[in-house]
Amino acid sequence: MERKEKGMGIKARRLLAYIVLIIISILCLIWFYILFINATRSKGELTQGFTPIPSTHALENWVNVYNGTLPIFRGMINSLIVALSSAVVSTYFSTMTAFAIHAYDFKIKNAVFTFILMIMTIPTQVTALGFIELVQKMGLEDNYIPLIVPTIAAPVTFFYMKQYMDSVLPLSLIEAARIDGAGEFRIFNQIVVPLMKPAIAVQAIFTFVSSWNNYFTPALVLHKENMKTLPILIAQLRGADFLKFDMGQVYMMIAFSIFPVIVIYLILSKYIVGGVTLGGVKG
Amino acid sequence: MEKQKKGNIVRFNRWGYYFLIPFIVVYLLFSFIPLIRTFYNSLFENYKSGLNQIGPNFVGFRNFVDIFKNGDMLKYFGNTLLMWIIGFIPQIFFSLLLGAWFTDPSLKLKCQRFFKTVIYLPNLIMASAFAMLFFTLFAGNDSGPINGLLISLKIIDEPFAFFKDVVAVRSLVGFMNFIMWFGNTTILLMAGMMGIDPALFEAAEVDGATATQVFFKITLPLLRPILVYVLMTSLIGGLQMFDVPQVLTNGKGDPNRSAMTLIMYLNRHISVSKNWGMGGALSVVLFFVTGALSLVVYKVSNGKKKDNSYK
Repeated sequence: MERKEKGMGIKARRLLAYIVLIIISILCLIWFYILFINATRSKGELTQGFTPIPSTHALENWVNVYNGTLPIFRGMINSLIVALSSAVVSTYFSTMTAFAIHAYDFKIKNAVFTFILMIMTIPTQVTALGFIELVQKMGLEDNYIPLIVPTIAAPVTFFYMKQYMDSVLPLSLIEAARIDGAGEFRIFNQIVVPLMKPAIAVQAIFTFVSSWNNYFTPALVLHKENMKTLPILIAQLRGADFLKFDMGQVYMMIAFSIFPVIVIYLILSKYIVGGVTLGGVKG
Repeated sequence: MEKQKKGNIVRFNRWGYYFLIPFIVVYLLFSFIPLIRTFYNSLFENYKSGLNQIGPNFVGFRNFVDIFKNGDMLKYFGNTLLMWIIGFIPQIFFSLLLGAWFTDPSLKLKCQRFFKTVIYLPNLIMASAFAMLFFTLFAGNDSGPINGLLISLKIIDEPFAFFKDVVAVRSLVGFMNFIMWFGNTTILLMAGMMGIDPALFEAAEVDGATATQVFFKITLPLLRPILVYVLMTSLIGGLQMFDVPQVLTNGKGDPNRSAMTLIMYLNRHISVSKNWGMGGALSVVLFFVTGALSLVVYKVSNGKKKDNSYK
């Protein structure tokens, strides 16, 4: 094996790399391609096996989904409301928390910072039971507040903001603004937030996507049909009597949960992939 | 003068506390109190038996004794771990391989951005919808395209019931986790590989080392902190495995509860059987397991930080 490797020239290695990369890429994309094709095909066509060419029934499937029993369209609006609000609230307040740690010196500063780092990887699921008890006691079931407000305390977003702030926000800038007579809150809103725009954009995307995809917590909080978000409806679709469903509609529903994120991703992929590296290597 | 300046700074520094208020209040309300309440609930007998509400009665640590004794938790822990391993082995293998290729300057791979974009894509997909898609694609009846394909290729004669086969269901869950997470891991490892001093690679090249030798003798040992980080965070993520098996098996974890994960079990206690005592005990156990793993992550990334600042 070792000897064979030694004999392998750079061209052969490059060829091998390309072959593996292409196979892996196909493995990543094929599911979404099949989904796209099948969402455009009618019930009858779907029973005739797979074809690689899209058909013409996309609109028909969408109209059927729209008029169907599951309020998918409403679910999309709900998901959008929750995900957008979470993205705004989470990034704004995480920037604020990062600013507090970055720009000021106070007694518990280091303790708070260490504490946030330590709770970063503790999953929300382990507190879900107490969380849902609290939500019920506060009468916040079927409300979006318990899905949006907790994102204010997002350790991962905070950490990313803190790292970015270390590299773009010199303390002398804040000092200069103070000399000009700006109040601290105004400094934050008018100097810090605009400076942090690139980081806010990256984290807004991540928060949006994870909120859009979140299933566990919303499923515990939301019970009314017209309040449910997309992942809950998708899981309900799985629980429904499957054979009664028009498969074209099923694919269309899945497509409508998946494709908005794919479109956002393809437009912004440069920032997203870069963001993973920055935020991921925590050190 | 001096005194006044100091007074000013103290006055400004008060704002540090003010700006921390939203985080602290929200954290206390939505994470810390729930955590305490979860611990509290774990000490009570509290469930519904038919229409009767039993409890809440204080029972001390009996829920913990029960949850270890009845064996379900350990079985589901085994399921979760097994499905995580099925996904993690190809995940780390391909991540290391692709990471090494992407960062190898002598290979000069083209279209790198395209490939990175593609492999990261599945990470952003709604896991429940992805699982639903796999369920429809692998369905055992005539409408399942994969079965249709396998039959038309004459690999099998009649539809194979993927969702009635223990190995098939577990492999599908593992495979989906692999597809969804290896892009993320690749990007993390690449960042680590690019941080290695290029002089080391040049020296190895001068000494006539092969690509394989460079990988095993230089890249891998120097990547160890990041590898530990990836392993631990992936394990923590694996223990939270929920969406994919939940939707794929319709919350039942079938066949024979072989794909039931710990969080699916927790979800049942919270919302299906409403056994909050047992659910609380399970949460507490999970809290300590993930807490211990988090501590390792914290230690590793902190050690790394010191290394970096030294450079």
